[in-house]
Amino acid sequence: MPLLSASKLSLSLPDRASQKLLGAATTVDILKDVDLDLEPGESVGIVGESGSGKTSLGRTLLRLYEPTGGRLMFDDRDIAHLHEDQLRPMRDKIQMIFQDPQSSLNPRHRIEDILAQPLLAFARVANRQEGRRAAAALLERVHLPLNFARRYPHELSGGQRQRVGIARALALEPKLIVADEILSGLDVSTQAQILVLLRELKAGSALIFISHDLSVVRVLCDRVLVMHRGTVVETGSCEEVFARPRHEYTKALLSAIPLPELDPGWIARGAALEELSSA
Amino acid sequence: MSALLEIRDLDVEVSGQPVLRGVSLKVEAGRVRGLVGESGAGKTMVGRTLLGIMPGNARITAGSVTFDRRDITRLDERERRPLLGKEIALIPQNPMTALNPVERIEPQITDVLRLHLHMSRAAASQRAVEVLRQVRLRDPRRVLRQYPHELSGGMRQRVLIAIAFACGPKLIIADEPTTALDVTVQRHILGLIKELQTKFGTAILFITHDLGVVSKICDDVSVIHSGRILESGVATDVFARPQHEYTRALFAATPRYDRPAELHKPISDDLTRRLWEEAYAYDAAPVRL
Repeated sequence: MPLLSASKLSLSLPDRASQKLLGAATTVDILKDVDLDLEPGESVGIVGESGSGKTSLGRTLLRLYEPTGGRLMFDDRDIAHLHEDQLRPMRDKIQMIFQDPQSSLNPRHRIEDILAQPLLAFARVANRQEGRRAAAALLERVHLPLNFARRYPHELSGGQRQRVGIARALALEPKLIVADEILSGLDVSTQAQILVLLRELKAGSALIFISHDLSVVRVLCDRVLVMHRGTVVETGSCEEVFARPRHEYTKALLSAIPLPELDPGWIARGAALEELSSA
Repeated sequence: MSALLEIRDLDVEVSGQPVLRGVSLKVEAGRVRGLVGESGAGKTMVGRTLLGIMPGNARITAGSVTFDRRDITRLDERERRPLLGKEIALIPQNPMTALNPVERIEPQITDVLRLHLHMSRAAASQRAVEVLRQVRLRDPRRVLRQYPHELSGGMRQRVLIAIAFACGPKLIIADEPTTALDVTVQRHILGLIKELQTKFGTAILFITHDLGVVSKICDDVSVIHSGRILESGVATDVFARPQHEYTRALFAATPRYDRPAELHKPISDDLTRRLWEEAYAYDAAPVRL
């Protein structure tokens, strides 16, 4: 039985840009009939360009947004329209890693308190002392030195902060982790180290990995979902989709990625595509 | 023939800390040189040194920068002004912050034309339409009246490319010009830069962390780490036979959608440590003459 199952999931929001001074706003469709099944322990990449709806999908799956249509089952329970009070007891089963660890870690808290926070909130530890002990264990899991416990976020590098973000998501041993563009601000070498860490840790939880970078998804995920204008245009195993894309959009997206190898015709082929799309 | 731009044995310090260590680099007229490195490697500092826009606490302690047979390391503000924007132009990384948000696009283009090419207001306005057409912005007259926030990221980057090429510079410094863009937009922008570069025979120093981008647009490549150039060569050679261990490690650490995950290897801590030890050894070496 899938851990998470979305069927015909839709999200429409009022289109404030087109709203007249008086009168109701029209709505704009952000997600249209998205289907997604996620097995326990599985990792799925959600890819697409900006505006494709990948972040909105992640946020809807987390129930940070309430879907306007469709069904959303998590752990055998329909959570599509649960009230926040009903959701809160199950929030410990789904955790999120944010894109920007700079703004998602409280700058005035020490790392150990940031890591102990979810444990205290869900009464997994009795007091602050126990929380700090647990924080030390979490630092170890993400390969950060124990003396980082007493530091503040600004004293860490971007890669180290992102490790803290990962440790915080792991604190409650969630069944599902949603990671939204967590590698985009990082260097190749830092990104590679975090990828190794995620590969090592992902056995414990299912992972939804949202990214504009298809190459990173190939390294990390079992399956991939390609989004375009709020719909899933293609899905399948990474190996299959990246080697033999079926949908035109997936093909265009893959061919736009500059692989690190010489390809003298690449620029010219891109120009031809541009002519085509602007014609 | 001497290169259009030649950096020789350049040492730069920021607040007494070395950031560039004996950097030597050439950009030949009409060619594109990629400068690849990770953040902190010093690649942006190379660009800023060329433009003379180093932070206040930065100091050139050794070496020279020769542009068009002139040493430009010791120019004062007044001597530098006619150079920047006219002979050496910049395509910046962030199209969001590089344009003045409270000014329409038109004056941001015409200011450059009037300053460097001494055009009249009317002539500059006319020329602004042409430069926007050149970067294939549809309806250039409308764009000229718009504010930066009304344009998409890709459109803003086209405006910046138009400004960079507007005065017919000999050299353009492109600092991660496509990093913030979606891949399909990136592809179009790279195509545009290459097209204009070929058409006008402009030399470009293309600063990036992305080996993929380098492979598509550069004729020559230099790899930088810890403020040192580790490898330089013609792109075809560097991509076919990377000489330096770090270059090979960078290739292996770059994820590729067309290869199985197992082939992806992070850069070893051991290699990084050795590279920094070499860098510190350079700092400790006796004063160079």
